[in-house]
Amino acid sequence: MKNAISEIYSGLKSLFTGMRITMGEFFKPTVTVQYPYETLNMPARFRGHIELVKDPATGQPKCFVCKLCEKACPSDCITVEGVKPEGAKRKAVTSYRLDFTKCSLCGSCVEACRDGAIRFSKEYNLAATNKEQFIMDLFKRLQAESQAAEASKATEKPALNEPVRPAPPTEAPARPKEAATPLTPTLDAK
Amino acid sequence: MNWLAAKLVTEPLRLIVSLGAIMGFVGLNAAYLVWVERKGAGRFQRRPGPTEAGPAGLLQPIADAAKLLSKQLIVPEGVDRTLFRAAPMLVMAPAMAGLAVMPFSESLAARNINLGLLMIFAFGSLNVMAIMLGGWSSRNKYSIISAARVVSQDVAYEIPMLLVVVTMILITGTMNLNEIVKVQAGGFWHWNLFRVWVNPLMPVSFLIFYICMLAETNRAPFDMAEAESELVAGAYTEYSGMGFGVFFMAEYANILLGCSLGTVLFLGGWQSPFGMFSGLLWFLLKMYFLVFSVIWVRWTFPRTQFYGLLNLSWKILIPVSLVALLVSSALVKILPA
Repeated sequence: MKNAISEIYSGLKSLFTGMRITMGEFFKPTVTVQYPYETLNMPARFRGHIELVKDPATGQPKCFVCKLCEKACPSDCITVEGVKPEGAKRKAVTSYRLDFTKCSLCGSCVEACRDGAIRFSKEYNLAATNKEQFIMDLFKRLQAESQAAEASKATEKPALNEPVRPAPPTEAPARPKEAATPLTPTLDAK
Repeated sequence: MNWLAAKLVTEPLRLIVSLGAIMGFVGLNAAYLVWVERKGAGRFQRRPGPTEAGPAGLLQPIADAAKLLSKQLIVPEGVDRTLFRAAPMLVMAPAMAGLAVMPFSESLAARNINLGLLMIFAFGSLNVMAIMLGGWSSRNKYSIISAARVVSQDVAYEIPMLLVVVTMILITGTMNLNEIVKVQAGGFWHWNLFRVWVNPLMPVSFLIFYICMLAETNRAPFDMAEAESELVAGAYTEYSGMGFGVFFMAEYANILLGCSLGTVLFLGGWQSPFGMFSGLLWFLLKMYFLVFSVIWVRWTFPRTQFYGLLNLSWKILIPVSLVALLVSSALVKILPA
């Protein structure tokens, strides 16, 4: 009898403890990132498809068409072409074709590159209705990107010919600070 | 002449107006309690809940209703057609009938009858029958298991519920809901919940009433009837479109009825907690507080197992409510009226 009563009491107490905890959660801010409207920054080691790196001094791609990445690729998805402009020391890239349908993101090309001219992009919105869209020219992509950056700098408005990719998140989505570490390991490394 | 006018004009008019008002109240609440439930569930899990349809997702119930209405009503092959179609109607009707005697304020009730409490429980027992019919006529194994569970669960929980209600009748001396509220006039310490000098087990009685109300309306953590992880949707498995929608609305209508009854029996109905400005507002505040606590409970506790459910009723709730009944009958005899 005594046991039964203490069992009922402790059981009831645990129910109220549970209710108190859920009520505490009720008044905490939400942690949802409303995806199409808000995005998280990708972590530093995220592997999207590769992209060309721009030389900040010249504004041109760092790549000088040594074709080491082409040779390093185990699935032959990279084709680099370039010309040597008059008076220049090195070749300049004119076309950097990546067949992303074959790429397994192994990273051999990035490791092989001597000059750090390619890196993994943070691109993850990769959906298309046909396969041809995944055979991309990274040189044209870089050019379009820098054009768009210039246009938006000049007009402070998104350019019309901006390539179809999500704008980098202008501000981190509103999220509580204490929840950031345990809940989302994919946060930015900034 | 006056008598004739009352019979021919006033009474039918009153009937139509109160019927319309109750149906509107139940319909609106059933629709928007779904929204409250989903928003509440979201907040308890630190999500925003529905946000897309209208501001703060407020058009979500309308969108849901439009979707359900546009769906085909399928009657599966080999089911008992009449019973299958009758079940959703039967499950909705008792809740509305119960609200007909509910005193929303001192003068606002569709009918003020002396056996109001009895009437609510008489109609309330139909609810079990309706879910059982739906499960049984569906010709589906999940539905039949669910029907059996509903019957054994609701029989088990009807007993402590009625014992508590009998205690309340003993203490207040009436089955008229309006009279029960009037007994609790003057400050919150006069509410039945806090009248421990009449019966020291009053808060316990309220807790038993609340638990039984959750079980009778098949709400989590006692939602054995539609335990979706074991029984698909239980008794509602074979229902499509608005057939399912009506069952869903009936769940909220029954919660509404249960919470109104809890308010009237224990929380002083339309009485104000300070003894002044009594009225409809207080009734609605108390009722919606109880409704919110039902949602709160749902998103706090996991579903119990079936034997745990029956053990709770037969081993704990019934003995305790019997003790409460005996104590209050003894006190009613001893204390001066």
